[in-house]
Amino acid sequence: MLQTAQRSSETIKTKAGPHERFLEAFRWMLLARTFEEKLVSLYRGGLITGGVYIGKGQEAVSVACGLFLQKGDIFAPLIRDQAGRSAFGEPLVDVARTYLGSRQGPMRGRDGNIHRGLPRQGQLAMISHLGAMVSVTVGALMAKRFKGEKNFVGLSCIGEGGMQTGSFHEGMNLAAVEQVPLVIVATNNHYAYSTSNEREFACAELVDRAKGYGFEGYNLDGTDLSACLDVIGSAVKRARAGRPPQLVVASTLRLSGHGEHDDASYVTDEVKREPFAQDCLKRAEKLIVDLNLVDAKTLQGWRNDAAAQVDQAITTAQKEAAPDTNEDWCAISNRALVDQAP
Amino acid sequence: MSITYLEAIREAQAKLLRDDERVFIYGQDVGGTFGGAFKATKGLAKEFPGRVLNTPISEDAIVGTAIGAALHGMRPIVEMQFADFSSIALNQILNNAGTHYWRTSVPVPITVRLPSGGTKGSGPFHSQSMESIYAHYPGLIVMTPATVEDAYTMLIEAVTIDDPVVYCEHKYLYYHLKADKLPAEGLPTGNARIAREGRDLTIVSYSAMLHEALAAAEQLASEGFEIEVVDLRSVKPLDTDTVLASVARTGRLLCVGESFPFGGVTAEVISRVTSEGFHLLDAPPQRINAKDTPIPYHPNLWSAHRPSAKSIAAKARKLLRE
Repeated sequence: MLQTAQRSSETIKTKAGPHERFLEAFRWMLLARTFEEKLVSLYRGGLITGGVYIGKGQEAVSVACGLFLQKGDIFAPLIRDQAGRSAFGEPLVDVARTYLGSRQGPMRGRDGNIHRGLPRQGQLAMISHLGAMVSVTVGALMAKRFKGEKNFVGLSCIGEGGMQTGSFHEGMNLAAVEQVPLVIVATNNHYAYSTSNEREFACAELVDRAKGYGFEGYNLDGTDLSACLDVIGSAVKRARAGRPPQLVVASTLRLSGHGEHDDASYVTDEVKREPFAQDCLKRAEKLIVDLNLVDAKTLQGWRNDAAAQVDQAITTAQKEAAPDTNEDWCAISNRALVDQAP
Repeated sequence: MSITYLEAIREAQAKLLRDDERVFIYGQDVGGTFGGAFKATKGLAKEFPGRVLNTPISEDAIVGTAIGAALHGMRPIVEMQFADFSSIALNQILNNAGTHYWRTSVPVPITVRLPSGGTKGSGPFHSQSMESIYAHYPGLIVMTPATVEDAYTMLIEAVTIDDPVVYCEHKYLYYHLKADKLPAEGLPTGNARIAREGRDLTIVSYSAMLHEALAAAEQLASEGFEIEVVDLRSVKPLDTDTVLASVARTGRLLCVGESFPFGGVTAEVISRVTSEGFHLLDAPPQRINAKDTPIPYHPNLWSAHRPSAKSIAAKARKLLRE
């Protein structure tokens, strides 16, 4: 059974063959998809407050981000990175806790849904303001360099929407100035909420910006899991080896609304017929079946396993206490310096 | 030997770099042989190679980088070239650093130095006092040292505190203020100080306005009034107790600040004293701030825009008659 809490970094370290890695990645994708489908149903049933933001269609890109990182690396996921977060080592129960507001979750009901992280374990807690986490990743890498650590890398995720912020630009430029071992994985899912690429940017190729920043840049078909593992894995390897910062721009379609409150009616049928609109999970599964990498029974066993893990995570979190108003209302750690506002 | 407010800031940073290998300084023009627009880091890049680093003009990314480094064990000091430019970094300071401990239980020990406040001829974009904005948001400590001694000890304290500190140093005081020597220890942050004792009226102030308030108190002393002057030292946390104790002695309160008048530190002090110490007041509490316009360029306009010893004394006289 694939344990989310004990990410099998050994698999990576022992240089898993391409098939094994592909299958491991597929299982993380399957787990993320299964989990997020459950979140959607809980949301529709009124059991999750706020919003639900899923990564449907982006699991292949995301899982590759999490899979090649090791203990000691820095990962700055964004809102559609459930697969990558799990592959990096985030316990599934913590995701359930955050969505359900459990006091035992990493955010203890103080923040919800995708705004979560485990900073001490190298998984930064995103804020909603896009682009902001790029420079935070740069700083974490600088700290590691200051402390004399070796062989580390940072990976920060962004979308084509976030790429248009000033904060992203500043972060990219600074990363190159500091020459930190950073990989930026940008997923162009063709919509910033409801706004399509035509109103987002006017350059021919987003990846062309890499040169302007002093990054090395690569395009990627984000619906092709093999390509994702290859391109993102290579970028991580290059950054770790001391090459300049790496920019990977993946092309996908967001196969959901911005959040589950959004029916995405603005996505036209024409766009849905584009090659980038393929479902990466279905493509990966077809490959497994076509190449007969595992038999149907095994595949079904993986599905069952994913469903069981999801149920366990949700059931555990649902049993836990919600926060009450007997909170420690202190926004700073130093209790002696808390302002005594009336 | 005498040491200026600016030199105290430099000395504090030298000591921090010397004593704590987690400390580094990050900002525009702070490194190389230049040592900062105001020379607050002069010579430090040479003395501490690789730890005093110039950055691009990227306030957002500078603070973001400091946050990331702080989360992974460093104690970064960011120098904003002018407090005014920290508006570009508001997102990182308020939404990222300021929310981080509450959200994740992991504090962010960064210190952001803001060369603040007006000087002649600096105009709308090189004169601002931002402390009220930072104090308004949760998760930050906001220091406003008014003396050479506090400039030194509070900056050292800022870096040792595990939470984000916005350290507002006043540019007008850089060269004007001198002390004989630097103290080994200072009053802890969160404690206001009675800068002058009196019994007729309390003036609460901080940063450069403290000195205008003291000058006003001196003028009023020659007219027979004994003015008590409180130096807040930090505006967040705000030492309400010391202010209330002073108002209990004098029965009259005037608050003086250099930032814009809507809301802010002076309004907060009056609000707290009114709600917690209404019975102590013999007259309605008053306040003086800068005017509600951008900060003017020409010295004539500038000196009328900000509170001065003269305008403070005038306001105090009126309040003393009530």
